[in-house]
Amino acid sequence: MPEQDPAKRVKNFNEVALGYSLEQAIEEAKRCLQCKNPTCQQGCPVEVDCKQFIYFVAKGDIESAYKTIQETNSLPAVCGRVCPQENQCEGHCKLKPTGQPIAIGRLERFVADSYYAKHPCDALSGTSSCPVIDSNLKVAAIGSGPSSLTFAGYLASRGIKVTIFEALHEPGGVLTYGIPEFRLPKKIVHTELEALKAQGVEIKTNYVIGATLDINDLFAQGYKAIFIGVGAGLPKFLGLEGENLIGVYSANEYLTRVNLMRAYKFPEFDTPLPEGNNVVVIGGGNVAMDAARTALRLGAKNVYIVYRRTQKEMPARLEELHHALEEGVQLKVLSSPVAFKGDEDGRLSSLVIQKMKLGEPDESGRRRPIPIDGEIEEIKTDLAIIAVGTRSNPLLLQATPNLKLNKWGYVEVNPETGETNIPNVFAGGDIVTGSATVVLAMGAGRKAAKEVYKRLKENIK
Amino acid sequence: MGFKIVKKRELIPNRVSELTIYAPDIASKARPGNFVILRIFPKGERIPLTIADKSPAEGTITIVYLVVGKTTAHLETFQVGDEILDVCGPLGKPTRIEKKGEVVCVGGGTGIAAMHHIAKGHAQVGNKVISVIGARSKDLLLFEEELSKFSHKVLVATDDGSKGKKGLVTQVLEDYLKSHEVKEVVAVGPVPMMKAVSELTKKYSVPTTVSLNSIMVDGIGMCGACRVSVGGRIRFACVEGPEFDAHEVDFDELMLRLRSYVKQEQISYNHFCECHGKEKN
Ligand SMILES: Cc1cc2nc3c(=O)[nH]c(=O)nc-3n(C[C@H](O)[C@H](O)[C@H](O)COP(=O)(O)OP(=O)(O)OC[C@H]3O[C@@H](n4cnc5c(N)ncnc54)[C@H](O)[C@@H]3O)c2cc1C
Ligand SMILES: Cc1cc2nc3c(=O)[nH]c(=O)nc-3n(C[C@H](O)[C@H](O)[C@H](O)COP(=O)(O)OP(=O)(O)OC[C@H]3O[C@@H](n4cnc5c(N)ncnc54)[C@H](O)[C@@H]3O)c2cc1C
Ligand code: SF4
Ligand code: SF4
Ligand code: FES
Repeated sequence: MPEQDPAKRVKNFNEVALGYSLEQAIEEAKRCLQCKNPTCQQGCPVEVDCKQFIYFVAKGDIESAYKTIQETNSLPAVCGRVCPQENQCEGHCKLKPTGQPIAIGRLERFVADSYYAKHPCDALSGTSSCPVIDSNLKVAAIGSGPSSLTFAGYLASRGIKVTIFEALHEPGGVLTYGIPEFRLPKKIVHTELEALKAQGVEIKTNYVIGATLDINDLFAQGYKAIFIGVGAGLPKFLGLEGENLIGVYSANEYLTRVNLMRAYKFPEFDTPLPEGNNVVVIGGGNVAMDAARTALRLGAKNVYIVYRRTQKEMPARLEELHHALEEGVQLKVLSSPVAFKGDEDGRLSSLVIQKMKLGEPDESGRRRPIPIDGEIEEIKTDLAIIAVGTRSNPLLLQATPNLKLNKWGYVEVNPETGETNIPNVFAGGDIVTGSATVVLAMGAGRKAAKEVYKRLKENIK
Repeated sequence: MGFKIVKKRELIPNRVSELTIYAPDIASKARPGNFVILRIFPKGERIPLTIADKSPAEGTITIVYLVVGKTTAHLETFQVGDEILDVCGPLGKPTRIEKKGEVVCVGGGTGIAAMHHIAKGHAQVGNKVISVIGARSKDLLLFEEELSKFSHKVLVATDDGSKGKKGLVTQVLEDYLKSHEVKEVVAVGPVPMMKAVSELTKKYSVPTTVSLNSIMVDGIGMCGACRVSVGGRIRFACVEGPEFDAHEVDFDELMLRLRSYVKQEQISYNHFCECHGKEKN
């Protein structure tokens, strides 16, 4: 797929992957074997009928391709861009062993983009606005990330009135505050949100559930069912010396300042931008890649990714790692941070790291990194970004003490329905699984929506 | 749909104002110690301000702010009838208020407004409230009248001696602690003041609560900008605070972290002044 040249793109926030032309898409689709027993679909958490939609693309029938995807996936333009396809649909494609699986994600993105270009109001529903069946049959979703958006889309397209309550001033969850513009243009998220609104979904921002209102208030206001999709946004820190120096950030803060608050346009926008010439990012997942590539675009001279294991073990999507390296991000693998050091003003000046080697495999089967005695390195840095994962945000959970949690502090649900221990309260996405993926969060939203619809239908005479 | 300003009082012209804002959902839930995050226009920053008072019946909350930089200067241009784009809350853990006897509430600067809501809460459960407030001179004193409505006593300290005792609130507080059995001290104000109060009450072994004003972004526990060290552990002021046991707080670290953006804050303020034809400070 055509991409912006690395040298150019590190100077802008425009999307890196440019997308297929119609000819390119058809050519790629034609490579599909149209297998008798296709395996691609099994790899997809929301079971997109890949074989069928690719068949339509090969014929140039984008509308039918779109309708096929849309049956199970309400955010195809997003998934086509951010799914870890190498472990999912493409990882299961029969052509995988050849090293050239069908580029299912890219085709999906192409279909969604082309379709939206023609039918901007039709993004989520497939059926343009369906009238609300009965305004007393209303449901609420808490949080506006992919799980809640999918939950809302499914029900709204079936005539149920949905209200989404979002704590921040802009909806979209991680799609808005976390994943950067150059990977997922905000315009796409915006299109999806507008489409939802066109279907009658109401989005109330600045509502922190557990503070502004709680779950009992929502039931009292007449909502028949509630979906909790609040994500797992509480950033982990490392517990190291010097971690509160000026210049040490969580990836959430760094990305929120840049993406949600548009700090990259400071001072036109008010929120100050954390500046750094020599940036270290700690972690090896998508979040670390996003932070590192953002720092490059904001003018850093050197950006290092510090990771305990080796490149092979990094959990980031392959494409992100590849793009990061192309753009000049430097890897410091087998390196574990031990302390942050600062100057007399309390500003970060260096990161001390311990060099590691790989030992015996642990329970997860991954080889455990162990320190090499005496091999300590100090990296000069003025901006450190910690991207080592998140935990469940306690705000809503503490305000809902009867909600049952598992031992990791995430919400426990019935795996068949997504229902929590509180009747008619459902949950899904990262608040149930811990940080996972967009498409899994969507799958969970869809599962809960199906159950809610089934129950509400019994009330529809 | 924004949040309408229904009343504005200039407490100290061009420096401190009080706004009453229509926000019924927040008003019905707000408790002493809570704060809101507001964003006043589409390119604005999110800033935290304490809920100084509320009227659930009228659906309003009251905030009091000191003009210190870009956002507060911009807010100062807002008038009755104008709308604030985003108001989010009530955030933070409410003050732990229980009947315990005598409580001294110390306030400095706009901290007096924040302290007011807490002091009122203590008075409502039947505690004997002594309010201690301080400022540079008597024109800069806030909320004296409001506090006297429910305080057993309001003690005043001014730097120049224009009202009450000449000196710092800590001197007034020390005199009082010497001769009274105080169950708790609450202090809200500039960090150096809270630090001084904390050192003093440690000496007298009086449990002390402070309300920390670390820099915040989301205010709901998602970013960690607001982290402070309390008892040697990282705590998020927005969801675990903003009130903490004063004797455990690392005030020096907080003071450093509040200086994170001094350079950018100046740029932002100048940018605002250029656009609004204001004189730079
Ligand atoms: C930087 C980054 C990059 C990522 N990259 C990828 C990727 O490439 N591919 C991929 O598949 N996944 C990726 N992920 C993971 C993916 O984004 C998440 O798994 C997914 O967004 C989870 O969706 P969710 O619906 O559970 O909640 P979220 O997207 O986390 O949204 C939750 C929303 O709920 C709101 N909220 C929280 N508490 C409350 C409350 N009390 N009341 C009201 N609202 C509340 C929050 O403000 C937020 O908007 C990435 C994550 C990050 C942070
Ligand atoms: C929980 C909480 C409650 C608060 N309640 C009040 C209140 O009731 N009334 C009030 O006037 N202020 C209050 N503050 C402080 C207020 O948030 C800041 O004054 C405001 O963010 C300044 O924004 P600005 O753009 O005008 O100034 P900036 O240009 O951002 O800052 C100017 C100077 O103010 C200081 N500052 C910046 N951010 C903060 C901050 N979060 N806290 C303290 N100082 C800061 C810095 O030292 C800086 O140099 C509270 C802060 C917190 C965290
Ligand atoms: S939703 Fe994701 S996993 Fe499923 S087919 Fe699309 S890109 Fe592949
Ligand atoms: S497994 Fe691969 S080749 Fe076979 S139908 Fe699916 S996409 Fe086509
Ligand atoms: S302000 Fe973001 S976590 Fe407290």
